[in-house]
Amino acid sequence: MSELVRRDPRKEWIARNRLHPQHLEVLAELGGGAVANEWMGPNGVMRRNPHAVGFIGPNGIRRIDRSGAQQAAQAPGRSVEAKDARRHVAIDTPAFMIAVVPDMAGGRLSSHDRDLLGLARQLADADPAQPGAVLAIVFGEHKETTFGEAGIDRLMHLEGERFSGYLPELSVATLQGVDREMAPRYWLLPDSNVGGELGRRLAARLGERPAAQVWQVEADAESATGWRCTARGAAGRNDISRTLPRIVLALAECADPVSETRHAAEPIKLSNGLPDVLGRIEDMGEVAVDPASVSLAEAEFILSAGNGVKDWDSYHYAADVLGATKGASRVAVDDGYMPRDRQVGATGTWVSARVYVAVGISGAIQHLQGIQSCDKVVAINLDEGCDMVKRADLAVIGDASAVLAALVKRVEQYRFEQQENRDAA
Amino acid sequence: MPHNAKSTASVGLNVAVLVSIGRHPLTARTRRADQDARAVEMALTLEGASVSLLHAGQQEHEHEEAIRGYLGMGIDTVSLIQQQSQADVVPALANALRTGAPQLVLTGTRAETGEASGVLPYLLAEALGWPIITGLAAVEKVEQGMATVLQALPRGKRRRLRIRLPAIATVDSSAPAARQSAFGPAKRGAFEHLDATSEIDEALAAWQVQPARKRPKRLKIVKSSSARDRFKAAAAKADGGSGQTLSDVTPEQGAEAIFKLLKEEGVLR
Repeated sequence: MSELVRRDPRKEWIARNRLHPQHLEVLAELGGGAVANEWMGPNGVMRRNPHAVGFIGPNGIRRIDRSGAQQAAQAPGRSVEAKDARRHVAIDTPAFMIAVVPDMAGGRLSSHDRDLLGLARQLADADPAQPGAVLAIVFGEHKETTFGEAGIDRLMHLEGERFSGYLPELSVATLQGVDREMAPRYWLLPDSNVGGELGRRLAARLGERPAAQVWQVEADAESATGWRCTARGAAGRNDISRTLPRIVLALAECADPVSETRHAAEPIKLSNGLPDVLGRIEDMGEVAVDPASVSLAEAEFILSAGNGVKDWDSYHYAADVLGATKGASRVAVDDGYMPRDRQVGATGTWVSARVYVAVGISGAIQHLQGIQSCDKVVAINLDEGCDMVKRADLAVIGDASAVLAALVKRVEQYRFEQQENRDAA
Repeated sequence: MPHNAKSTASVGLNVAVLVSIGRHPLTARTRRADQDARAVEMALTLEGASVSLLHAGQQEHEHEEAIRGYLGMGIDTVSLIQQQSQADVVPALANALRTGAPQLVLTGTRAETGEASGVLPYLLAEALGWPIITGLAAVEKVEQGMATVLQALPRGKRRRLRIRLPAIATVDSSAPAARQSAFGPAKRGAFEHLDATSEIDEALAAWQVQPARKRPKRLKIVKSSSARDRFKAAAAKADGGSGQTLSDVTPEQGAEAIFKLLKEEGVLR
């Protein structure tokens, strides 16, 4: 449909003239088929709907304009889609490079990665006359689509068979190749489990002394590199303030993520090709772990039971079938159905599961505090108005044991199909 | 469970553990470092392995007390490499490891005092040309110069690795907790002093070290041109409200929806 607004001056004039015989029809037409606000009642009396007058103004409040001048604004389909106001930035000939190796946990840029890219932008854009480019190096497959919005100018994506699994030696050799070829001014890595290890390996390989646990970077004219960083030392007891070295391992929230600009994220490749590495560490794959042995605080998938669970045997069976770690609300623990170390909430364990399934838990505030950092919450409950349903990403209203039984059946069927596929293959 | 199996195939394995002085997070008293103590514990649980402890640092009465904490775990001697304060201990440790020639070196991920950047094991690995792995959870078996080990990943997951010996492995807090230190063995334990030249770490002098400041909390900044959006963001209730609620569905339909979500999130195995 065309976005052009076609005005009919005659109809607007009729809409302004309340005494015109066609006034109401025209109003209804301009209002986009809104409910007629006047009609003949059964007793032959004219009835009027006082709510049908007026229009919603630009600030979301209903306005009644008796002059009729604003009638045209009532028409639907005029809502302009929010335009992307972010400035597009392309850096063709960068003065220098800043290399970032994001973690890409789960194949996407994490918030830690975005903070780090914000820090990289801060370092790259310090001198507007000579902007630097942010180079991101991504290993393995990913699902991310917003590299440009995160502030990346150049993207080096290393994929394929060779880059699947845990390959610290190959990754470091590749980064060393990047260092030789592009000579980035700074290397920024997240000081997390993955990035921290890779960054330390790279620092040892390049013979640079890195700054670990950096949480603040400021411009400082007196220091040799023009930047000064503050890093945590001595297990978080001290702050070490020093000149920013070439390799930086930064903590989360070290800088604000990029929000006002969009960048090119232009793909580039290593011209020298990939190095050949004699691997002394061989990845033999992940090991299946008994979910019951995983501590509640770091479990990934929790099936939690509360007062609404009546059939405890089927609940335990469901947890086994789903492969979930068991949790419980305070009531279930107090009533003696679950051990105390399984209690979730302010007085029990603060959990950080990716998926938290709450069965028959109404959601006391102490319990909701305990599951604050869970990504996806699924609630199975009888009461539609309870707080857990409001918090949940997916809520199923129904009897807990019936839904659990159906879920177990569905998962068993899925397992069976998988087994058949494996046998057929 | 396979990852809790005791390793019996480590007979004759020569394990060196690098230990450091720890500091209690609350009372700030010197103690055995937590992660290093876990590394000692892991070495002691390897059946038939000969364990030697190595510490590089300056000699003080307080430090000696902390080192005795490791001796109390059931070890007879600790080798002490004497170093000046402000010394870079990497060359001294690399030399000691080169002469001692252990097959496996265990240590904590990060020290509890000083810079505590956690780079030392990597520098040692680079200097010695040995492979290094992080987050060792268990040694499953050692045969023909290869060790099969389990690496701890976040969220209680484990990964099996095969690594060529000699190697360095760091231990973090996901490893089994250290046993208690007994007073008698700690007093009876002996120190073996090794002399080495100290290389002073010059970069330290340029740094300013102060007690940690509290990190500023990040503010939620709403960048919107319209005042109404900003007000709505400020006054909005915390709950998401974007959740999907399925009422009046059969248990099968509800289960199907949950199953779909579990599969999308990849938690079903």
